[in-house]
Amino acid sequence: MKSIEELEKIRKETLEKVNLRKDRNGIRITVGMATCGIAAGARPVMMAILDELGKRNITDVVVAETGCIGMCKYEPMVDVYVPGQEKVTYIKVDENKARQIVAEHVVNGHPIKEWTISSVE
Amino acid sequence: MLYRSHVMVCGGTGCTSSNSDRIAKCFEEEIANKGLDKEVQVVRTGCFGLCELGPVVVVYPEGVFYSRVKEEYVPEIVEEHLLKGRVVKKYLYGESVTEEGIKPLEETAFFKKQQRVALRNCGLINPEDIKEAIAFDGYKALAKVLTEMTPEQVIAEIKKSGLRGRGGGGFPTGIKWEFAYNQKETPKYVVCNADEGDPGAFMDRSVLEGDPHSVLEAMAIAGYAIGANHGYIYVRAEYPLAVKRLQIAIDQAREYGLLGKNIFNTGFDFDIEIRLGAGAFVCGEETALLNSVMGKRGEPRPRPPFPAVKGVWEKPTIINNVETYANIPAIILNGAEWFASIGTEKSKGTKVFALGGKINNTGLVEIPMGTTLREIIFEIGGGIPNGKKFKAAQTGGPSGGCIPAEHLDTPIDYDSLLNIGSMMGSGGLIVMDEDNCMVDIAKFFLEFTVDESCGKCSPCRIGTRRMLELLNKITSGKGEEGDIEKLETLANSIKASSLCGLGQTAPNPVLSTIRYFRDEYEAHIKEKRCPAGVCQALLKFRIDPDKCKGCGICAKNCPTNAISGKVKQPHVIDQDKCIKCGTCMDKCPFDAIYKK
Repeated sequence: MKSIEELEKIRKETLEKVNLRKDRNGIRITVGMATCGIAAGARPVMMAILDELGKRNITDVVVAETGCIGMCKYEPMVDVYVPGQEKVTYIKVDENKARQIVAEHVVNGHPIKEWTISSVE
Repeated sequence: MLYRSHVMVCGGTGCTSSNSDRIAKCFEEEIANKGLDKEVQVVRTGCFGLCELGPVVVVYPEGVFYSRVKEEYVPEIVEEHLLKGRVVKKYLYGESVTEEGIKPLEETAFFKKQQRVALRNCGLINPEDIKEAIAFDGYKALAKVLTEMTPEQVIAEIKKSGLRGRGGGGFPTGIKWEFAYNQKETPKYVVCNADEGDPGAFMDRSVLEGDPHSVLEAMAIAGYAIGANHGYIYVRAEYPLAVKRLQIAIDQAREYGLLGKNIFNTGFDFDIEIRLGAGAFVCGEETALLNSVMGKRGEPRPRPPFPAVKGVWEKPTIINNVETYANIPAIILNGAEWFASIGTEKSKGTKVFALGGKINNTGLVEIPMGTTLREIIFEIGGGIPNGKKFKAAQTGGPSGGCIPAEHLDTPIDYDSLLNIGSMMGSGGLIVMDEDNCMVDIAKFFLEFTVDESCGKCSPCRIGTRRMLELLNKITSGKGEEGDIEKLETLANSIKASSLCGLGQTAPNPVLSTIRYFRDEYEAHIKEKRCPAGVCQALLKFRIDPDKCKGCGICAKNCPTNAISGKVKQPHVIDQDKCIKCGTCMDKCPFDAIYKK
C-alpha cells in the first residue's frame, strides 16, 4: 500500500459490493418475481438492472424482489421508489427497457412516462 | 459482480458449534440449485451477539434476522425469500415480528440499547476478506495517523478520549502509551493481550473472529505512536478459529502492504507475529504474559519495572487488550470528543459484555458505560428464564464479585463497580437466580483460581487452597462458628500480599458473597442447610406420603437399603443410611421424592 488514494480505491470498489448491508436510504427498485413475473421474463430484467447499476458504479440503490400484485398481465413489472417521491410502476419491462429505466429514471431523475402503468390506466 | 442480496451466516464460535458452517453450505448449494448464485452471495461473518439463538442468518438488503436456523429451513428460505421475495416470517427472530410487520433489527429489545464501537464490523463483514474491512473504513485511521499526525498528536488524542484498558484494570490507555513513548531505549514493542481466560467470557474472541483487522490496524497505530516496529499478539491456542482468522488477516495485510515495510510510503515499518498461549489463566497477567511471549515459564514478576520500561526482551513495551485496540481506529476517525461524549464522567465509551448463566439472551452485547445492570439483564438480556427470581450477577469472573438485586440500578462503570465490591473485569457477566447457592458459586470460582495459581508466591499458592478447604468444609455440613471470620482474615492477607493480580483478586468472589449473602453462609454453618438446595451434603431426601403409591421401586433401587415400607403404603427414607445419591428420585414414577 503506497498511498491513501490506493486505499480509497479499494474502499470504494468493495463498498459497492457490500453497501447494501448498511445503506438503506437510497433509491429502491423492486421487481415482481412471483410465478407470473418469472414466467414473463422478470429474471433477465432484474439481471439487466443489476448489470446496469454495476456498470455505472451506482452503489446506493437497493434491488429487491417482490410478489404478485394481481396485475399479472402487465408483468414483468418494476417499481422504482425514490425517497420523497411517489412510487413509479413500470409495466411489461424487458431487458432493454430495464437498462433505460436505470439510465433515465435512476441516474437522471426522469421517469419514462410511456412505460408506466399510468400510460394504460 | 454486484449481488442484489447478501446472506450473512454467523461464523463465530457460538454459531459454528451449533452447525452454522453446514447451514452456510446448504445455502450455497440451494442458491446454486435455483440458479441464483450470480445474484445472491453467501458470506460467513463474525458474531452478531445473540448466540443463544444460533445459528443466526441475516439477509440483506431487508436486514431480516433468521434465528435457530435448521438445515431443513434452507430450501424454504431460498425458494420463498431469495427467489420470490417473501420473507419467511415463521423462521424469523420472534422479537422482530410484530403485528404491524417486521421490525428492523436495531429496534428489537436486544439491539436497541446497544451501541457498537468495538464490535462495529462484527456480523457486517467477512472477516477473511481484507477488502470488506477496508470498505467499512478499515485502515483509514492508520492512513490518517501516518500521513497527518505526529506520534505526540496520536497520544494526545487517545488521552483526550478518556479510553481506559478494557482488559479489566481500567488504566488510561493514552498514559500507558505516553510512558512507552518517553522511553529512550529501542527497539520498542507493541503487545496485544488476547489471553482471555475468565470462565464464561468471550468478548475478545468475538472481536478477533469477527473483525481481526481492527486489532491489527490499532496495533500499527500504537507502534507509530510509541516508536515500535514490531508487535506480538498473545492468543490462546484454545481459540482455533480466532487464531486462523488472525493469521489470514495478517497475511492479507502484508500482501496489501498494510503491514511490513514503508507503509503508505511514509517510511514506517510495522509487522505482527502471533504467539500462542497454552491456556494458563495467569498468562493474562501482563508480566506473566511477557515471560510467555519470550518462551519462558508463564510466571509473573514484581512491578516496577513496568512493561513500559522493561517488557518484551527487556525493552519498552505496551500491552493492551483486544477490545481496547478495537476502539482505537474509531477514536482516530471520529475524534476524541465523539468518544468522550459516550459513557460516564470517568468511564468513557462502550463496554462489551458476554452474558451467560441464567439469562434468556445468552450472548454478546456492547453498551455505553453507565447503562444499568437492570437494563442489561432485563431489557437487553431478556430476563431470567422460567420465571425465576434474580439473585445476583457476577462481573469480573474469578477476580470480581457478585452484585445483588439491591444494586441492580447501579450504572456500570469502572468506579461504581469497585464501590460495590465487584469490578469491571474483562466483561464476563454471569447471572444467577434463586436456584444458585452463593457459597457454591464462591467455591466454583475459588476452585478455578486454586487450579490456575502459578505457585510462585505462597499467599496465592497456599492461601487460596486453605480458603477452598474452608469452603468445602462449610458446603459439606461441617462448618463451625468462626469459619466466616477465618475466611475473611485469610482473604484480606492474600489480597494484601500476593505477587500479581491473580492472587490479589482471587478472594474477591468469597468476600463479596460474604458481604451480600452472609445469611446463606450462616445457614450452611449453623443450620446445616443450603437455602438454594444445591449443596448435596446438606440436602435430605424425603418421600411425600400423599404422592407415594407404595410401589417399592425406590426401595429396590436404593444401594444402601435406606428405604422401607409396606406394599401400597407410603415409604420412608432412613436419613442415617441415606447417602444422597438421588437414585430413588430418578426412579420414582410418581415424583413423590423431593430433596430439601
